[in-house]
This record gives sequence, C-alpha cells and structure tokens, in this order.
Amino acid sequence: MANLIEVRNLQTQFFTQDGIVHAVNGITYDVAEGETVAIVGESGSGKSVGVMSLIRLIPEPPGKIVNGEVNFDGQDLLKLNEEELRQIRGNRIAMIFQDPMTSLNPVLTIGRQITEALELHLNMNREESRARAIELLELVGIPDAGARLDDYPHQFSGGMRQRVMIAMGLSCNPQLLIADEPTTALDVTIQAQIVDLVTRLQSELGMAIIWITHDLGVVAGLADRVLVMYAGFIVEEGPVDVIYGQPRHPYTLGLLRSIPRLDLGRQKRLIPIEGLPPDLLDPPQSCPFAPRCPFVIDKCLEENPPLMAISAVRSSACWVDLSDVEIYDTSADEQVEAVA
Amino acid sequence: MTTQNSNSADVSTAQETTHDEVLLSVNNLKMHFPITRGIILQRQVGSIKAVDGITFDLMRGETLGLVGESGCGKSTTGRAILQLYEPTDGAVVFEGQDLTDINSGELRRMRRRMQMIFQDPYASLNPRMTVGSIVGEPLEVHKIGGSRREQQQRVQELLEIVGLNPYFINRYPHEFSGGQRQRIGVARALAVNPSFIVCDEPISALDVSIQAQVINLLEDLQSEMGLTYLFIAHDLSVVRHISDRIAVMYLGKIVELADREVLYENPLHPYTQALLSAVPIPDPQVEKKRQRIILEGDVPSPAEPPTGCNFNTRCPQVMDICRQYEPSFTDVGEGHRVACFLYDEVEALNEAGQPVAVAA
Ligand SMILES: Nc1ncnc2c1ncn2[C@@H]1O[C@H](COP(=O)(O)OP(=O)(O)OP(=O)(O)O)[C@@H](O)[C@H]1O
Ligand SMILES: Nc1ncnc2c1ncn2[C@@H]1O[C@H](COP(=O)(O)OP(=O)(O)O)[C@@H](O)[C@H]1O
Ligand code: SF4
Ligand code: SF4
Ligand SMILES: [Mg+2]
Ligand SMILES: [Mg+2]
Repeated sequence: MANLIEVRNLQTQFFTQDGIVHAVNGITYDVAEGETVAIVGESGSGKSVGVMSLIRLIPEPPGKIVNGEVNFDGQDLLKLNEEELRQIRGNRIAMIFQDPMTSLNPVLTIGRQITEALELHLNMNREESRARAIELLELVGIPDAGARLDDYPHQFSGGMRQRVMIAMGLSCNPQLLIADEPTTALDVTIQAQIVDLVTRLQSELGMAIIWITHDLGVVAGLADRVLVMYAGFIVEEGPVDVIYGQPRHPYTLGLLRSIPRLDLGRQKRLIPIEGLPPDLLDPPQSCPFAPRCPFVIDKCLEENPPLMAISAVRSSACWVDLSDVEIYDTSADEQVEAVA
Repeated sequence: MTTQNSNSADVSTAQETTHDEVLLSVNNLKMHFPITRGIILQRQVGSIKAVDGITFDLMRGETLGLVGESGCGKSTTGRAILQLYEPTDGAVVFEGQDLTDINSGELRRMRRRMQMIFQDPYASLNPRMTVGSIVGEPLEVHKIGGSRREQQQRVQELLEIVGLNPYFINRYPHEFSGGQRQRIGVARALAVNPSFIVCDEPISALDVSIQAQVINLLEDLQSEMGLTYLFIAHDLSVVRHISDRIAVMYLGKIVELADREVLYENPLHPYTQALLSAVPIPDPQVEKKRQRIILEGDVPSPAEPPTGCNFNTRCPQVMDICRQYEPSFTDVGEGHRVACFLYDEVEALNEAGQPVAVAA
C-alpha cells in the first residue's frame, strides 16, 4: 500500500515560564493507506502532542512546531495556511478525542453538530445533511436514530457520545482517522463495542487509523503496526505481532512485563519499571530511559541512541541487543489455559 | 525506589494467613440515595439504588476483588461498609460487632481497624499539608501518636515501609508523582494499624509502568502484616492477579462470587462471561483467536432498575422468567455463588407466586 502520510523529524516544543518543554523530539514514521497504527506510551510521552502537530492543533503560543515535515498526499501540512488546513481537518483527516463531553457542544443538538460539518465540507443542504446524519448514527449503532437527532449531548451515555464522535469523525469519509484514547474513559464492555465498531467501519470504508492508547491489550487486538513513545521519542516501531513476540527495546519489554495478563495464571510477582520518566523541561543527553533501564551500559550515558532499523520491518532505539531475552519467565508461573 | 522493606515488624505483628476466620460479614447491605425535587420544600421523588442488597463474607488475610462497570456501586459498597455512609438496610459485622448498630464512640474505636485508600492520588491528599502531617493526622485524630518526637519517628518509619525516603516528611503533595502520592495514601492508611483496608481503585489513575510498583507494595504489606483487602477495580486483569476471591457487581447487586481461578475458568453468569471476554489481552496471537461477547446497549439507571433480573435488558440469554422474577444468589458448589435463572432450578411457586429456588 502507498503511504498516506509521512512524518519526518517532527519536533514540537512548548515555551513556558519554567523553560522549554521538549514534548516531541524529532519523530519519523509513515502510515499506509487503510493501515491501523497504534501509538503507545505513558502519560506525558508526547503521544497527543505528536498527532495534534500533524494537523497543527497545538496551541501556539506556548507551543511551536520547531522542525519537521508532514507529507499528506503530496503536500506538507506544516506549510499550508489556515484556510487550506481547514479543508483537510475534519474532512480528509478526522480526529476523535478521549472525552466526548468536552468535544461535543453542550448547547447544540446532536443532529445539528453532525449536519454542520456536512453542510460546511460537503455543501449539502439541510435535508440532505439530516438524512445523512441519521444514516451515520445508524451506522454507529444508535438505536432509533431519527428520534435521537434532536437530543442534546447530556441525554446520551458516555458510550453513545463516543459513538456520536465517531459518526462525526466519519461524516466526510476521511482518509485518515486519528483517535486519541477514544476508549480510555469507557468501561470494558463499552470499549469492546467501540473497538468492534471502528474495526467494522474501517473494513467497510477503508480509512487509515492512528489510534493512541496506553492500553497494550487494546493495541494487540486492533493495530497492524505499533509505535512506542518514551519522553518524546519513538523508541520502538514495527508490526504488532513482531513487537509483542520479541520486544527489542527495554521500555517495551518493561511495559509487557509489568502488566498482569488475564489469560495467564498468577504471575508470582509483577516486574515494575522502577523510577519515573525524565522531566521534559530538562531532558538528558543520554538515552532517556537509562535511569530506569536494567540493561544500561556506559555507551547509553554518553549517547542517545537514534531509532535504528533492526530488520526490514522494525526499528528500535537502543544500543543493546535484546533478541535473546524472554518476556515472561514462564518457568516460574503456573500456566493456565487461555480464556475463551 | 524499593518496594521491599525490612522494618515492618514493629508496625504490626505478622499474622497467619489461613483464611479460615471471618473478619467481615456483610448481610443484605443496601445503600439508597434519595432523589429530591423542590428548592425550599424538598420532597423525595425516588431513590438511587446504588447498592441493593448484597451479602458476602471476607476472611482474615484474604483479598476480595470487587469488579463491575462504572456506577454499579463498588465505591458505595466500600463506603457503606466503613460507615462513611449510613446504610439504608442490612448488617456489617466486623470483628464480631455490627457496625450499623453501635454508638458513635464505639464506631470511632472500630474505625482505627478499617481504612480506605482512594482512587485519585491527586485529589485525595490535602495540597496544603506536608507529607508528615498527612501521614501523621490519623495518629493525632485517634490520639495514639505519643509525643511529637515519637509521632515524627513513626511517620518516617511509615514512609520507609511504603518505599518513600523518610526525608520527604516536610514536602508537599504536588512535589510527588502519582505513584508516590499513592504511596503516601497507603502510609496514611497504615498509620493506625488497621486490619482491614478498602482499596478503591488504587492504581486506576496511574501509568501502567507505575501500577506494578503499587500492586507489589500492597501485596508485600499484606503478607507482612496479615492485612485483609477489599480491592475495588474495573481492571479484571489486575483483580485476577491480586485477589483470592472475586465478586462481580452489576447495577447494585453482586451477580457472581467465586474463587479467583474458578471465576476466570468457569464464569457462569452471562454478565461475567461478557465482562471477561471484553478484557483485551496484550498478545496479538491470542487476540486474533478470541471471540468477544459484545453486549448491546448501556447499563440502566440505578434509579429505575429493570424488574426481574436487573441484567435482562442486555443479557444475550434472557428468558421470559427473567423479566418477571429476580434470581436468588445461589451457591452452585464450593462457595461459587451466582444470581441467574440458568442455574437456579425453579421447582415451585410459593403462595405469593414467587418462584422458590432450590439450592444446588
Ligand atoms: N452521594 C450520592 N448521592 C446520590 N447518588 C450517589 C451518591 N454516591 C453514588 N451515587 C450513585 O450511586 C451509583 C453507584 O455509585 P458508585 O460511586 O458506588 O459507583 P462505582 O461502581 O464506584 O463506579 P466507578 O467505577 O465509576 O467508580 C451511581 O449511580 C452514582 O451516581
Ligand atoms: N499547552 C501545553 N503547555 C505546556 N506543555 C504542554 C502543553 N501540552 C502538552 N504539554 C507537555 O508536552 C508533553 C507531552 O504531552 P502529551 O502529548 O499531551 O502527552 P501524552 O503522551 O500523555 O498524550 C508533556 O510533558 C506535557 O506536559
Ligand atoms: S540504550 Fe541503553 S539505557 Fe537506553 S534503553 Fe537501550 S540499554 Fe537501556
Ligand atoms: S437471570 Fe436471565 S436475564 Fe438474568 S442473567 Fe440469567 S439468563 Fe440473563
Ligand atoms: Mg494524551
Ligand atoms: Mg468508584
């Protein structure tokens, strides 16, 4: 598949009273047409700033995209003017956020919020847009959609509001859907509904998806490829099976080891990642993971490893070879059959 | 930072953890909140049945996990047990005394034995108090700290136990990370030597890389001090890891309760089955093969729960009887209890027309 979006050396900083926050420190990746890429990492690692920079939704000031290119269908989004960008945002690139309540307008009906975008981007008239809005709400599984069009957001549950956001995101048939922790605020049964919905819609509509989450479980069921972020860097990248099968960055390994798995017997003891991520106001020159890394060597303290290809499909930013390290020390665990 | 500690012996004497002594017995506990209308003259127009008749025992030294979706009544259960709310009905017998039926002086004394750790380590600590006064406050309230010097010593000891540097005693909460703040909350709960702690989503607000630190800490403290936990969480993977037994709640009721392994290997209630199937597993190979039970719709409002089995609006296996009658919470063997007509042999109707369940 051809690349839909190519991000090159993207670097975003915030110029605050306390100094410069190095939020995103030169990240490079591609997303192919129709592909699902997940971005994982702990809070503050630059996931949201990284994707919001793509469509320049960073508050400026204090934020500033200080470097990079975002090539989308032959044009660099970072060079477009505000009017040209508006043609792309919400139209060819749609975004859904973690908290649907803050991104829906509380004083407008659900119907009006959907029809507005349709009228703006697709030049539909009132009737056409209303018919399409009903279609969209049905598509995302809102029962009795025609009647619910005149309801206000507070009359919908959290899961239903997230469906509305997805309906709005999809209203103009985007080529790329960016979803920033769209299920984090939802219960697991509702999360399963939403993940199911998005995967189904993707196979029908064929858009590419960038899905941000801190839940490694959600990624495993959803993504083709995964980017692991730490302290504003991509530290590991590759197909999801390959990364989960044999992580090659100590941070990815640490994440997989530190979470209990529903389908394994009681792990004797979880292996936490000790310590904390670095302060992005004063990032180290060394490998940013070095203070927490069990594999650290002298070289790590001298030089921050760049993201290096370790095979045709994957890269890692680490000086040490982890290809022989096992994720789970299965010998010590009482293993139980996988759950249904 | 370490989670191990060596000097907890002087905090509490370690106890045998054989799980054969009942520490807490909850019987038909109900917590209904009134819904009122009117500004000057408030009249009650209904009630939110946040907890609607739950029954279980907690053994000394065990961890009972309490899981269920947002709003199903988990936190309210924890608070009603600790008498932070005055329960609408039911009994809470703790170390032999019914907490719903004792005077305030006795309750105050019992409070020392029961503590709570909260979900949000940002909101639950007073930002204007130093770590020393936050952790030391319960000592002062219960007048058990001794002299100022003794109290300070005790606080430093507690900080060490939870893996914090004792020199942090004069710092303020905002100077700490989420995981560290949760440790402060744990130190505060331990200050009065409790035997029972309600952990209300103690790791939900933390990053995954930090969650394991706090889970390990809670496990260490339990084995060293013989603590009993009611561990509230919505993350079933974490609950499976930490609990001995697990209770699944739906809309104010416990629908299934079983041994940890039994619950995961042989879930009986259709809601438990759906809940387990919805939990994502961090393994693409496993995920590809899994079959999800996708539940339709949302949890109904606890102000107007459905009649009959309260899961009947979403249950994939709903039958006619489920809309008319409420299934009883039946023991299907070895303490595995479930409230569902699929396992509730209905043999006869009593005079009132209610089905009479025959226990297995
Ligand atoms: N003080 C109160 N007054 C009125 N209603 C309340 C009160 N506290 C809780 N409720 C209601 O009781 C129900 C159960 O709430 P509770 O906080 O116990 O849920 P929970 O299971 O802990 O949910 P979560 O997972 O979101 O923390 C909810 O419908 C809630 O809105
Ligand atoms: N408006 C802002 N002003 C200053 N710093 C910001 C702002 N927005 C984000 N940051 C900082 O940028 C870094 C990355 O944030 P973000 O991308 O939101 O992380 P996450 O990975 O949790 O999505 C963090 O250190 C955050 O505090
Ligand atoms: S470069 Fe060194 S410190 Fe960084 S992750 Fe690799 S081994 Fe650890
Ligand atoms: S009693 Fe009926 S509705 Fe309730 S869980 Fe069982 S089968 Fe489903
Ligand atoms: Mg974010
Ligand atoms: Mg709660």
